[in-house]
Amino acid sequence: MILYQPENHLALIAKVEAFAGDKLLGREEKSHYHQFRVRGADAKDLVRFLRDEPSLGFTYFIDLTAVDYQTYPQPQPERFAVVTTLLSPKLGIRAQVKAFVAEGDPRIPSLTDIFAGANWTEREVWDLYGIEFLGHPDLTRILMPDDFDGHPLRKDYPLKGRGERGNFPVFHATTRKPAEEA
Amino acid sequence: MGMSGSTNDFVTTTLATAIGWARANSMWPMPFGTACCGIEMMAAFMAKYDASRFGSEVMKFSPRQADLLIVSGRISLKMMPVLQRIWEQMPAPKWCISMGACASSGGVFDTYTLIQGIDQFLPVDAYMPGCPPRPEAFFDALMMVQEKAKKGQSKALEYITDDAVSDPAQSVACRTPDNNYVHNVDRSTPSAEKASHDKIADDKITRDGVAPGTSK
Ligand code: SF4
Repeated sequence: MILYQPENHLALIAKVEAFAGDKLLGREEKSHYHQFRVRGADAKDLVRFLRDEPSLGFTYFIDLTAVDYQTYPQPQPERFAVVTTLLSPKLGIRAQVKAFVAEGDPRIPSLTDIFAGANWTEREVWDLYGIEFLGHPDLTRILMPDDFDGHPLRKDYPLKGRGERGNFPVFHATTRKPAEEA
Repeated sequence: MGMSGSTNDFVTTTLATAIGWARANSMWPMPFGTACCGIEMMAAFMAKYDASRFGSEVMKFSPRQADLLIVSGRISLKMMPVLQRIWEQMPAPKWCISMGACASSGGVFDTYTLIQGIDQFLPVDAYMPGCPPRPEAFFDALMMVQEKAKKGQSKALEYITDDAVSDPAQSVACRTPDNNYVHNVDRSTPSAEKASHDKIADDKITRDGVAPGTSK
């Protein structure tokens, strides 16, 4: 078990601030992780820095997901955010990179060449939010049917769908009256 | 079935009654547990509740060896063709139990992913209310199915699965010649008609076995 060492946290903050400079839109210290907010184009550099900087060693990719801020009460830099969570086994600290992605151009560089585990999570974000990951080897749907059109976790997608429930492939069951059998 | 008397060791019955009795007391279930209800189904089959008291202990994970399909859990639109395929593989006579609110009606999940009641697509013999139903409710449903089996009744007998009706132009669903499922629907334009999907669902898919896609 790695004990809580405040100097590690301060070092992480100092190093990220020095690396990102004014690209860092904001930073927040949550109860059990640090969150760094950047624009989508800068996120990959920051993730790579967190992983490759020997004194930090954020080599454990925990998760990648997204947020749609369309109906969020507080204003945000952009509508979407792609959230990558990393763990440093060396420091025992979690770091989160929140990358804001514009509604009109929902694209962000893929992390698959840094973390192979990002492959399916990025497909999931593409599937449900429609955020395109540039450089992803196989950006196809992972949960919804392949020909599904739309990205249902977007806030403007109707909860009951756009007619999918009355409109999807099934077998045909027809009734046959017993008399016809003979 | 009648006993003729204790001195003579024979029983008179009809063949149908004997077969029904045998079928009812050797139900081999095919479990289809996709969600929380599956846990209660498993509990029903374990030692404490012990479904083998009802002759139903041989849990078959191959539909070809099963005669009772237990749908316990949420069924998504993507899963429904799979479930139907499993149902089709089961040899007749066969029965189906819809376990829990989700399988029977969609439950609280009135969303774009979920089937609002599997009985739109499968002939269901017994419905089980509850979220989840307790194992006792499961046995109630099992005994209902056994009663049906004894009488030679099955909802499935009222249906045929008609693969010939797979004209893409006519239907919302079809199968390719190599038996892969293809989606034959255009979901790209949310037209006014599609937006009122509940109406479409009610029109196309009725609960009394009229084919989806056939006009009423
Ligand atoms: S009916 Fe309740 S317990 Fe059963 S699958 Fe649905 S949510 Fe889970």
